[in-house]
Amino acid sequence: MPALALRLQAPERLIDIAHIPDLRGIDLRDGWLRLGALTRHAEAHDHPLIAAHAPLLALAAPHVAHPAIRNRGTLGGSVALADPASEFPAMMLAMGAEMEIAGLQGTRRVPADEFFQDLYQTALEPGELLVALHVPAAGPQHRCAFDEIARRRGDYALVGCGVMLTAPAREVESARIAFFSVGPTPIRALAAEAALTGRRLDGEAIRLAQAALSQDLDPPDDEQVPAAMRLHLARVLIGRLLGRIAEGP
Amino acid sequence: MNRPLSALDRPNSYIGRSVSRPNAKRLLAGRGRYVTDLVLPRMLHAAFLRSPYAHARIVAIDVDAARAMPGVRLVATGADLAKLCKPWTGTLDHFKGMTSVPQLPLPLEEVLWAGQAVVAVVADSRAEAEDAVEAIVIEFEELPAVVDIDLARAPGADRAAAGLENNLCFHSRLDTGGIDTIFADAAHVVEEEFHFGRHTAVTLEPRAIVADYDCSEGRLTVHHATQTPYQFQDLYSRHYGIPEARVRVIAPDIGGSFGMKLHVYHEDMAVVGLSMLTGRPVKFVADRVESFVSDIHARDHRVRARMALDDAGTILAMDVEDVTAIGPFSTYPRTSAVEGNQVIRLIGAPYRMRNYRAELSVVFQNKVQTSQYRAVGHPIACAVTERLLDMAAAKVGLDPAAIRERNLIPDDAYPCESPTGFRFEALSHQQCLARLKTMMGYERLRDEQATLRARGIHRGIGIATFVEISNPSPAFYGIGGARISAQDGAIVKVTPSGEVRCLISVTEQGQGTETIIGQIVADQLGIPCERVQVVTGDTEVTPHGGATWACRGAGIGGETALQAARRLRANILALAATILQAKPEALTLQDGIVVDAVTGAERISLAEIARIAYFRSDTLPPDASAQLSVAHHYAPQGYPFAFTNGIQGCHVELDVETGFVKILKHWVVEDCGRIINPLLVDEQMRGGVVQGLGAAFFEECLYNDGGQLTNGSLADYLVPMACEMPDIEIGHVETPTADTVLGAKGCGEAGTAAASAAALNAVNDALAPFGTSIAQIPMTPARLLKALGRI
Ligand SMILES: Cc1cc2nc3c(=O)[nH]c(=O)nc-3n(C[C@H](O)[C@H](O)[C@H](O)COP(=O)(O)OP(=O)(O)OC[C@H]3O[C@@H](n4cnc5c(N)ncnc54)[C@H](O)[C@@H]3O)c2cc1C
Repeated sequence: MPALALRLQAPERLIDIAHIPDLRGIDLRDGWLRLGALTRHAEAHDHPLIAAHAPLLALAAPHVAHPAIRNRGTLGGSVALADPASEFPAMMLAMGAEMEIAGLQGTRRVPADEFFQDLYQTALEPGELLVALHVPAAGPQHRCAFDEIARRRGDYALVGCGVMLTAPAREVESARIAFFSVGPTPIRALAAEAALTGRRLDGEAIRLAQAALSQDLDPPDDEQVPAAMRLHLARVLIGRLLGRIAEGP
Repeated sequence: MNRPLSALDRPNSYIGRSVSRPNAKRLLAGRGRYVTDLVLPRMLHAAFLRSPYAHARIVAIDVDAARAMPGVRLVATGADLAKLCKPWTGTLDHFKGMTSVPQLPLPLEEVLWAGQAVVAVVADSRAEAEDAVEAIVIEFEELPAVVDIDLARAPGADRAAAGLENNLCFHSRLDTGGIDTIFADAAHVVEEEFHFGRHTAVTLEPRAIVADYDCSEGRLTVHHATQTPYQFQDLYSRHYGIPEARVRVIAPDIGGSFGMKLHVYHEDMAVVGLSMLTGRPVKFVADRVESFVSDIHARDHRVRARMALDDAGTILAMDVEDVTAIGPFSTYPRTSAVEGNQVIRLIGAPYRMRNYRAELSVVFQNKVQTSQYRAVGHPIACAVTERLLDMAAAKVGLDPAAIRERNLIPDDAYPCESPTGFRFEALSHQQCLARLKTMMGYERLRDEQATLRARGIHRGIGIATFVEISNPSPAFYGIGGARISAQDGAIVKVTPSGEVRCLISVTEQGQGTETIIGQIVADQLGIPCERVQVVTGDTEVTPHGGATWACRGAGIGGETALQAARRLRANILALAATILQAKPEALTLQDGIVVDAVTGAERISLAEIARIAYFRSDTLPPDASAQLSVAHHYAPQGYPFAFTNGIQGCHVELDVETGFVKILKHWVVEDCGRIINPLLVDEQMRGGVVQGLGAAFFEECLYNDGGQLTNGSLADYLVPMACEMPDIEIGHVETPTADTVLGAKGCGEAGTAAASAAALNAVNDALAPFGTSIAQIPMTPARLLKALGRI
């Protein structure tokens, strides 16, 4: 819509998908939470199934714009648009979600790791529709944290991050960490994840994860936010998130 | 509850009461009528093709394709409008040596900033007009853009506009003498180079105008979202050669202005001509992107300043150089030199300093024009003075509050004069500082700060004293040759049913002008507020006057209303006395009823007097004069300006890892003289403070080296929002001016005047343990991280 308002795009046809019932609904089946593409941001904010099984979405939602926009914006729209500064696409990465895509040839499921390809570029082909987002349901063995650093509440962040650790005991069994606003797509911090995996989540592990970010992130340089600043803030942020998890609930 | 009765206990005593705004419900219910809402029969819409270059020559314009587009009624270029509109030049006679290039609604040969309107399209709808704009082809030859203020002043520099000898618009010097010696001998000298970013008003309602020229009568009606309808009546009349009496300017509900809507804009002038060319009403409403590249910007100063003190911390002298960049020409009709002029004259104003030297250079460049915006010059002067004073305190070893106690002009030293020639009638700096310290719990905050610092939490406390210029006399514009009135006029009349209407030249943009005028009239007449209706903003209805700018609505407009109401009251009582065969002195008005002045016994209602006067004049004696309408003008006399004063405090927490600042709390103690409506004064303070904090932390128009604005959207240009703003606590000291009966001075700019200075001091206070500092606003996280050496 902003692109239309700014006269940047002038499509010949606009298709309103708001009334397709199959694109709605939130349900839990076989350890997967299925979120219809038309699920509103506001539902991510308050739906009990999302709070229980996709807590990263619930944590991220209050940071997405303001209530008026959350009442209208859809998870499918946000993910399909793939704005690299957007919260939800990065959370799809952090949660290891899969995108259900329908086209004339049928439906397919694409993991988040393959879905976000480049700036505003996704695995969606022309003529395809994002139908639903499938999220592996989180359980008690998962620990997660979300935060972002934004100039004002509701703004697109300078840096944001979602962390999802599988840590049934004292050691981190596996980790998924995704950043947004640090490059052309939402970005997984694979080196930082590796630095944490198999370790106790202590000060040393956190420092290693922070240090590893220089391998994971190569943020763009702009006059207002130099690349060095984004990387610095990313380090501060992951340090705080991991610290929060280490402190426990 | 056995306090003595005060004036406020009298019925209808409204001066000093928090009366809520009569128009608030209407506006909240969405029933406001803004220019944007206006739809006139046969109305057309204008859109403009804008220059993509900061500086370029127009080689060729091809509008043929645009003319053929659906719905298009007119495509007009600079040459078309130049046939109708006389050019304007933004200089004033009292700014000696000032220069600027003449302006036309649309340019003929040269574009001077990126975003300048070049060609106008008038069509049946705005969308069609915009579509046609895309079909216009212009060949530009790009010229070097003047962007940097030092390069602009270098010998042989490229010029911002053809016709300029150099890029210096105005230059001014003040010098009380002997400054170099004082600095050489001083025990302490502190100095700093300050940078103040450009920002802009971002009113909720953008600029909007509907011009409606009726060629059958040669009559022009302009519905214009402006603060100053009379000024525009005069300008449209003179520049389009229409007799003044046939030009009507109506300013209906206006969604904020802050000084931005009192300047001449090229599009607005063009729309008048477009209406004349089409013979139909033409509407233009700036969209947000257009607002960023065409509304005036403000500030943009680099100030190098130093302060000399004796070993006890008494200020001996200040020495200042302000270079301010204003865009490619000076704004019309108020110029772009007032801001800089006020900066160099306001510096040091709250203090007993006697020696002062300042140099001002106002420089042209190829960016959006800058001009008067809320608190013209004040925030710059305040920040420079107050920051240097804090630096001095650290050097001398005094607490920031203590160094101010030592240097403030004492409350019993008035009247007195500043080294820059400002005359102060009576200010209350000492009282305000004492009150601020109590409100802040200053000593406790300092203790808490020390405790938290030990735990790695870095809080800062900043205070900033200010004076504010209000109630300006003709010394402001009139003597410079601008037809901008310093006086106001009001008509107050009793209607046949005994209600009262006040038609007054001051205007309303959301600050509550109409509310206080209603309060004053009701108070002086002795009738309930609800029975007074205030009408503003229509040159055909209200008397001529200055309207709203520079903090004058309450001080000058209020006094006008007061004097007018007193005259009407005398007329009412004289008529009542005739009807009752009593003496006017024996009667008074209370709650809309004429009563016996001594016993309070009811004699006759205002409604009954009005009924007799309007419908049964046959029952009055032949010599009775029933003058139930009064027209009255008031021009400020005595001091050329009524100065106000106050002090602000700011408490912040700096996250030294992220460079983010959380503003914990902000305090204001202000003295605007007689407070007419405490609620509205508080609102003015809070709104003003938020604008000042916006400048301190968020708002900045950023340009690249090519002179392109790089953040012209509300996603990128950050206005302060509620979540980031602190609680703002306000205290009042009242020192009425003796120049008027009412005693009110201005309060609309006080909040903005010192908020950024207090914030700058607070952040520097938090930075102090790191041995670093910042002298640039806005204080963004990037700049703070750099100051902290983190990036
Ligand atoms: C003022 C403002 C502030 C905002 N702040 C934030 C913020 O802080 N963080 C944030 O993450 N977002 C923010 N947004 C974006 C917002 O949250 C929405 O995500 C975004 O506007 C998408 O809206 P939508 O769901 O209506 O999708 P649309 O705008 O309708 O669609 C977006 C794009 O995706 C395509 N699309 C939509 N649905 C599908 C589908 N099911 N299948 C295939 N393609 C599809 C459309 O064709 C279009 O290209 C903000 C938006 C505004 C207006």
